[in-house]
Amino acid sequence: MHLPPFQTLVDAHAAELHRFLTVLVGPHDADDCLQEALLSALRAYARLTSGENLRAWLYTIAQRKALDLGRRRARRRTEALDGLDGRREPAAWSPDPADDGLWREVGALPPKQRAAIVHRFVFDLPYAEVASRMGCTEEAARQSVRAGLTKLRGRVTR
Amino acid sequence: MKDLEGRLHAAAPPAAVPPDASLEAWRRRAAAEGLLDVAYAAMDSPLGPLTVFVTPAGLLRLSYPDDPIERQLTDVATRISPRVVRAPERTDAVRRQLDDYFERRRRRFEVAIDWRLVRGFAADVLRATARVPYGRVTNYRDVAAAAGSPRGARAAGNALGSNPIPIVVPCHRVVHADGGLGGYTGGLPRKEFLLALEGAR
Repeated sequence: MHLPPFQTLVDAHAAELHRFLTVLVGPHDADDCLQEALLSALRAYARLTSGENLRAWLYTIAQRKALDLGRRRARRRTEALDGLDGRREPAAWSPDPADDGLWREVGALPPKQRAAIVHRFVFDLPYAEVASRMGCTEEAARQSVRAGLTKLRGRVTR
Repeated sequence: MKDLEGRLHAAAPPAAVPPDASLEAWRRRAAAEGLLDVAYAAMDSPLGPLTVFVTPAGLLRLSYPDDPIERQLTDVATRISPRVVRAPERTDAVRRQLDDYFERRRRRFEVAIDWRLVRGFAADVLRATARVPYGRVTNYRDVAAAAGSPRGARAAGNALGSNPIPIVVPCHRVVHADGGLGGYTGGLPRKEFLLALEGAR
């Protein structure tokens, strides 16, 4: 089994992963999450049994790190507010404060739908590219986007 | 309600900048954790840009620019470990010694060698070559003999021709017994340059 040198993955994907993480956790924590994600990836890399979909593999790890961070934040917040709902913290990334509510709902989507929505709409990528980043078929990517949009439409008002 | 898609797209962060600071911190942490199975970096030299590859065991490879870097990285990833990372700080010591050598401030390299890219007789030949002192030359037959095979001059030539660590393992110090230069991995002009630098010819 031949895996490409890890550096080629970093060269090809680190910048776009960082941008993806910026949307998920905000510019400050994106640096940290990227480090954590690449550390985890490098640890696991020598033991990988398949060299397929390495890009999607990296995105999955990155998103997991973003979720971990979200949980830690929520816990801190819950403790701070003494039992209040920790999920209701302001969105990490929202250049327009009026859209905080929207980003909170994006953050509350299941991971696949959240990733699909971000790749498709924030980055304006065609479905082939969304599918490549997610390691799924185009049809599955479309489905995640549709499901995510439906949820957002039901919850977000303005 | 304003178009949802439009609102989402409005949040696109500015164009991706290479996250250099983050990557540097990542490399430092990966190194501290012992995850950099192979670290590499380029350096300038009078012989053109060189690429230095080091592992925790020592210097693994030193290459001339004739060999495309992508091919070399893939080769190292396949034969040693796919955890190959560009990490200049890990190669500093070797690069400094090479700089000193080219400036004639150093005659001996004090670096551990990782011999994993060479096997069998070739490894014996290169180890024997590593003992040829600065400024001296030997010939193919003698180096073969030193490696335990007095009749193996031709095989020794092949081993030297595919030396993964030229300069530091000084295959340029092996020439023909009749005074001819013989061959060189990096091309004869480089061999002549190195011998002249050392005052050997």
